[in-house]
Amino acid sequence: MEFFAWCVVAAGIGMGLGSFGTGIGQGLAIQKAVEGVARNPGASGKIMTIMLIGLAMIESLAIYVFVVAMIILFANPFTDTVVQMLSK
Amino acid sequence: MIHPFIFFEWLEHQLHLHIGNHVTYTWLVMALLILVALLVKRNIKTVPTGLQNFLEPVIDSIENMIEETMGPKGKAYFPLIATIAFFILVSNLIALIPGFFPPTANLNTNAAMALTVFAMTHIVGLKEHGIGYFKHFCGPVIWLAPLIVPIEIVGHLARPLSLTLRLFGNMYGHEIVLMIFFGLVPFIVPLPMMLMGVLVAFIQTFVFMLLAMIYIAGSLEEAH
Repeated sequence: MEFFAWCVVAAGIGMGLGSFGTGIGQGLAIQKAVEGVARNPGASGKIMTIMLIGLAMIESLAIYVFVVAMIILFANPFTDTVVQMLSK
Repeated sequence: MIHPFIFFEWLEHQLHLHIGNHVTYTWLVMALLILVALLVKRNIKTVPTGLQNFLEPVIDSIENMIEETMGPKGKAYFPLIATIAFFILVSNLIALIPGFFPPTANLNTNAAMALTVFAMTHIVGLKEHGIGYFKHFCGPVIWLAPLIVPIEIVGHLARPLSLTLRLFGNMYGHEIVLMIFFGLVPFIVPLPMMLMGVLVAFIQTFVFMLLAMIYIAGSLEEAH
C-alpha cells in the first residue's frame, strides 16, 4: 500500500514544484509586459499578443506536470505489477 | 472526475451504444456550428441585423488578426483557422453547462486538431517553396546543418504535442478543479472557478489559433 501513498505524495510535490517555477516565470513575463505598456500605451495590442503566446509557452510546463500527475494518480502503468506483487 | 451526470452518456446508455463522450459532444458542437452558419447564411443583408450583426465583428476581428500575424498571404488560411477557433471556443464553453462534457478535455480531439495544423504547416511549406523548403531545417550556414537538423526535427515534432497537451491540460484540469470544489462545498464556492473557466476558454482558443497562425506563417516565409 505504501506504493500508492508515495504516488500521491509524488504527484502533489511534483505539481507544487512545477507551478512554483511556472508562477515565477509568468510573473516576470507579465511584469515586463506591464512596464512596456506603461511606457508606450500605443503598443498595448501587440505586447498583449506576444505576452499571451509567451504565457502559453511557459504555462505548458505546468500543464506537462499536471498531465504527469494525472497519469500517476489515475492511469499509473505500474499499478497492475504492484497489485500482483502485493497479492503474492 | 468529470461531471457526475453527462446527458449524452445517459442517452447512449439508453440506446445501448458505445461511442464515447468526446465523439458525441463533438457532433453536438458541429451541429450547433453548422446550424448557426446556415441560419446566418439564409438571409445575409448589407445592413446586418440580429445574428449576423453579432457574427460579423467576430469574423472581422479574426480576419484582422490573421492579416496582422501572417501578412497578406495568410488570407487563404482563414477558413482553417476560423473553423478551429470556433470549434474550440464552443467546445470549451459547453463545459460550463451542467451535464455537458467539453470535447477538448479529451486527448483525441485535441490531437486531431493539432495534427491537422502540423500537417498543414508542412504541406503549405512544400507548396510554397517546393524542394527549397528543406532549407528551413538547415539553419543559417550550410556546415551547421548536421547540428541544426536534429534540433529542428525535434522542435517540429514537439509542436503538435505541446498544442495537444496545452489545450487538454487546461480543459481537463479546469474540469477536475471544478469537481473537487463541487465535492467540498457545492454552494457558491465553485462559482469563481466557473468564471475562471470562461476566461480559460477564451484564452486557450486564442492561443491555439495564434500558434496555428504562427506555425503556418513560419513555413510561408523565406528561409534565411
